[in-house]
This record gives sequence, C-alpha cells and structure tokens, in this order.
Amino acid sequence: MDMSVNIAGVRLKNPVMTASGTFGSGMEYSEFVDLNKLGAVVTKGVSLEPWPGNPTPRVAETYGGMLNAIGLQNPGIDTFIERDLKFLSGFDTKVIVNVCGKTVSEYLGVVERLADTDADMLEINVSCPNVKEGAIAFGQDPKALADITEQIKKKARQPVIMKLSPNVTDIALMAKVCEDSGADAVSLINTITGMKIDVRTRKFVLANRTGGLSGPAIKPVAVRMVYQAASAVSIPVIGMGGITCAEDALEFIMAGASAVAVGAANFTDPYVTEKVIDGIGEYMKSNGIKDIKEITGCVS
Amino acid sequence: MKIRETASVISQECLCDGIYSMVIATKAAESAQAGQFVMIYPGSAARLLPRPISICEISPGAVRIVYRIAGAGTEEMSHLRAGDPVEILGPNGNGFFAAVREDIRPDTKALLLGGGIGIPPMLELAKSLECDVAIAAGYRSADEMFLTRELLAAGRLYVATDDGSAGTRGTVMDAVRENGIDADIIFACGPRPMLVAVKSYAAKKGISAYLSMEERMACGIGACLGCVCASAGIDDHSKVKNKRVCADGPVFPASEVEL
Ligand SMILES: Cc1cc2nc3c(=O)[nH]c(=O)nc-3n(C[C@H](O)[C@H](O)[C@H](O)COP(=O)(O)OP(=O)(O)OC[C@H]3O[C@@H](n4cnc5c(N)ncnc54)[C@H](O)[C@@H]3O)c2cc1C
Ligand SMILES: Cc1cc2nc3c(=O)[nH]c(=O)nc-3n(C[C@H](O)[C@H](O)[C@H](O)COP(=O)(O)O)c2cc1C
Ligand code: FES
Repeated sequence: MDMSVNIAGVRLKNPVMTASGTFGSGMEYSEFVDLNKLGAVVTKGVSLEPWPGNPTPRVAETYGGMLNAIGLQNPGIDTFIERDLKFLSGFDTKVIVNVCGKTVSEYLGVVERLADTDADMLEINVSCPNVKEGAIAFGQDPKALADITEQIKKKARQPVIMKLSPNVTDIALMAKVCEDSGADAVSLINTITGMKIDVRTRKFVLANRTGGLSGPAIKPVAVRMVYQAASAVSIPVIGMGGITCAEDALEFIMAGASAVAVGAANFTDPYVTEKVIDGIGEYMKSNGIKDIKEITGCVS
Repeated sequence: MKIRETASVISQECLCDGIYSMVIATKAAESAQAGQFVMIYPGSAARLLPRPISICEISPGAVRIVYRIAGAGTEEMSHLRAGDPVEILGPNGNGFFAAVREDIRPDTKALLLGGGIGIPPMLELAKSLECDVAIAAGYRSADEMFLTRELLAAGRLYVATDDGSAGTRGTVMDAVRENGIDADIIFACGPRPMLVAVKSYAAKKGISAYLSMEERMACGIGACLGCVCASAGIDDHSKVKNKRVCADGPVFPASEVEL
C-alpha cells in the first residue's frame, strides 16, 4: 500500500500535513504526536522581523468552528531558522515554511533567508485576513497575485506553494493565475472572514472585530473550492478547511487534492493528525486501494 | 508531563447557585501543582475548544475543579455525573511555585487573594504552602459563598462581599486594608480590575506579587498564540512583548505583565 505523494518533486510519506498556525513549529505538539509520522509539518507564518500580532481576545468559538485574529505573531526569520528549523531538522518529516510579509520585498527577504536552510518547501501566505497590510491584499487581486508569485519564484530555492484565500469571487481564476506565474502548487483554503457579537455586552467578541473562520463549519465551502481549483490547474493542490477525521480528508482527496492539512482540529484533539493518517490507511486497505493516487480527484 | 485522556468523573456537586465542584480521576493529578489548570473538552462536536479550568485541589489520582456556569460549555460540564467519561488535558501552565523567584521560608507571610471564580486555585496553594498563610476571598454576597470551610482549614480567612452581607463590604483589597493584613509575598487570581489593584498595591508597598492571568484559549499548550498577555519584557517564544498565558503562565510576577 503506497500512501506517499509527490508535490513538486518533494516526496511526502503520506498526504497529511499540519495547517499553518495551528501547530506552531511542532514543539508543543511533539509531546503528543510523533512528528516522524506526518507527511509534513507546515510552520506558523514567519516574517522578516518579529511581529507582535493583534490585541486579545484573539480567538472565539462559533458553532462548529472558531474565529481567530492572531495577526501573525511570530519571532521573525532569524530566531525561526536558529530555533524552529533546527528543532524540526531532528525529525524524518518534510518541513514547509509558511511565509508572510507586509510588502513584496519583505516576502522576498524571508524567501532569500530560507534559501540555504533545509526547509523543503515554502508556502506563501497571501491570504491572512487578520493583518492590515500585505497578506490578503495580494491574494484578492489577480494582478498582485501574479506579480508576487513571479517575484518569489525568481528568488526561491525551494518549490513554492501559494496559499489561497477563500474570500474571493472566483477561486479557479486565482489558482490559474498562480500556475501561470510559475507556482509549483497551491494550497487552500485559508480562513473565511467572519465576525461574532456578544449580545449581552453589545461588543465585538474579537479585539480585531473580524477574524478568520475555520473548523468543521467551513468544510463544504473548502471542498467545493478545492474541487474548482483542482479542475482549473494541473499543478498539485493541497486541500484544507475543517478536516477532523480520515473521511473528511478523503473528501478533499477525491475533490482533487494531492495532499491535505489539518488545522483547528488539533485544538480539539492533539492526536488528530495521526488518527487521520491511520484512518486513510484503513480506508485504503478495506477498499483495496494500492496507491493513494488512484483516488485523487476521483469524484464523479 | 501533560496527559490527554478520557478521564472519569468521581463526583459532581452544586456548591451554590451556578457554582459547581467536580472531582475527576485522572493521571494528570500525578504531576499537578497549585496554580496549574486542566483543559476540559466539551462532549458536543459543535464546541471545538477545550475549556481551561484551574486546579482547585489535588489528591492521589484525582483533581478537583470548582467552576461557574458561564456559558454552554460549563453548563454541559455541570451535567456530568459520577462515572461519566470526560476528555481532559493537563496539567497545563506553570503554576504558582514555578513562577516564584524567591525562597518561601516557614516564617514568610503569604497573602492569597481570590476574587470570585479566581478563588478555587487558592485552595491548593494554601494547602501546599509551608508558611504563614492569610487568605482574602471576595464574593458577590453571603449566599454565594463557596469553599470557605476548606479555606478556613488552610489559613487565616478574611472575606469580602460586594454587598457587605458577609465580611468586609467591597473587594479583597478593602478586606486587606480593613484588617491590616501585612505580607511578604502576594498571590492573586481574579477579575482584571482586582489584579490591577493588587499590582499597584504590591508595587507601592514593595511586596513581590504573583498574578494568575486569564485569556481566551484554543490549543492550551502554547502553539496557537491565541492567549497572550502584554508583558514588560521581550518574551522568549515570539521575541515581542506578548507572553502565552497557557504556557508561560498563567502565573506571572506582577511586574512582568502589563494590565
Ligand atoms: C487559566 C484559566 C483558569 C480558569 N479557571 C477557572 C476556574 O477555576 N473556574 C471557572 O469557573 N472558570 C475558570 N476559568 C474561566 C473558564 O475557562 C470559562 O468560564 C469557560 O471557558 C467558559 O466556557 P463556556 O462554554 O461555559 O462559556 P462560553 O462563553 O460559551 O465559551 C465560549 C468560548 O469562550 C471561552 N471563554 C469564555 N469565558 C472565558 C474566560 N473567562 N476565560 C477564558 N476563556 C473563556 C471558552 O473557553 C470558549 O472557548 C479559567 C480560565 C483560564 C484561562
Ligand atoms: C489559530 C490559527 C492560526 C492560523 N495561522 C495561519 C498562518 O500563520 N498562516 C496561514 O497561512 N494560515 C494560518 N491559519 C489558517 C490555517 O492554516 C487553515 O488554512 C485554516 O484554519 C483552515 O483549516 P482548518 O479549518 O482545518 O483550521 C491559521 C488558522 C488558525 C485557526
Ligand atoms: S491557547 Fe494556544 S498558545 Fe495559549
């Protein structure tokens, strides 16, 4: 039985990775999860300098989901390389570094700093709804998306995954723009912009007023968007949004995702990634599937 | 070491209107310390996030929590009965003793301040301290008093109530002033305005104080950066001035947090 997948020349032992920002750099979760079992660890967004993030409250639970407005708090690329990448190099898993910035040159700065590290791939976050400058601005305008993709591809030593925002009218167009600009893969979806109001206090629950919705509540939207993106491009698509179990992951794979990422579900169950991997294996066994790629995009 | 397990409820009891006490048999008790907390996972799949609740008492193989019904998650928790399974993660955070920077000697005068639902963690702390212990507990009113019997057994207890129906009328700080309680070290847990008052009182008197902070949490183990509080110094994790309440705290020296 072969669960391995190939994304832009990088072989993952299985198609399950962690979604950026929900797993840190794996240090905390390594107390529960054997990181060696994961297809890849996708790290929290990292910028050139340390970013303080947004005021609190930064998280709020919603029905079957959660809002977050962390605002990309991170220690900056220098600490990240010295501490987080060094930690991850001790494990037999692929490392995908999620990159963020306020300007194109900040993104490029991070990408260049990563060039001579053992990061396996870069995931470019042009879709975070929680910061005022940069991020989502690039992900909602096809021209800006094409431009940043091209510039990053010129500088990057590793394969580049563009992480797409669901807060757009035509996701297939955005995926196509990335492919045409040289991206090696796309990942989606980032969170859907949302809001929660406390009717008792008549105040916004999040200090940032809006936040990104994730968790099971967004899964049908995510599956639909992954299907549309995968139908529009021939580069690999990494699917995520509300995955909590193997069946959820299989939906994304059948919709056309070559690999999947598990996000908010880690908060509900720190062991969830291993369970998803084992569950996919069991599904393959009981359905006589020899190679996971047999069912990629098989929906009809 | 943190344990994530399906634990089992030993007992559940209503202490007074809206306040419950639950004892849980869990391996998390083995390494638990006063001031640490556990995460209780709701049974309903509609509620994704675990609820952080302070450890109120530790016994071999079990922890006791005392909580207020604040919403759907704690409401659901209050329906658990002896023998029911409950998903739990713990012990989380540093706890009081890990945060303390100075020696606590037998003649040290420790002052423990608990406001409302910040009172529960003070019980295990009072029981673990081997020094002179004074406790000031602030309640809404005389008919909403809980844990007073246990606290009395663990130290000298002073009570404050918002309406003056028991003890000092006002806050725990009013009780401290009215009774002239002096201290070498202060531990506090309670609503933010209380922590602000404690911090400024301690600074003025030159007493070292430790505050247990509260913030909305998602992961509870330091990975998501949802629960930070503004800190005076650069934090180790993100190199900004934001410490993680769940992992770097919840207990911080008062001088290290910006309130
Ligand atoms: C370190 C720590 C220790 C705590 N110890 C205790 C305790 O010993 N006893 C007790 O009664 N309460 C304690 N709390 C508060 C307790 O976590 C909340 O009352 C509880 O999460 C409310 O859940 P709910 O579903 O009933 O309310 P809802 O309002 O429906 O909860 C919705 C979401 O908001 C979060 N939330 C709501 N209120 C708070 C709050 N005050 N603090 C943090 N998150 C909140 C919930 O966890 C949940 O994710 C503690 C909080 C922290 C951070
Ligand atoms: C707390 C939190 C922090 C996140 N941080 C990032 C981030 O730094 N970079 C990024 O590209 N996506 C970030 N995301 C988005 C997730 O990677 C993922 O795209 C989204 O949450 C949908 O997946 P889920 O429903 O499984 O959580 C974050 C999500 C959450 C919940
Ligand atoms: S709750 Fe996730 S870092 Fe504290």
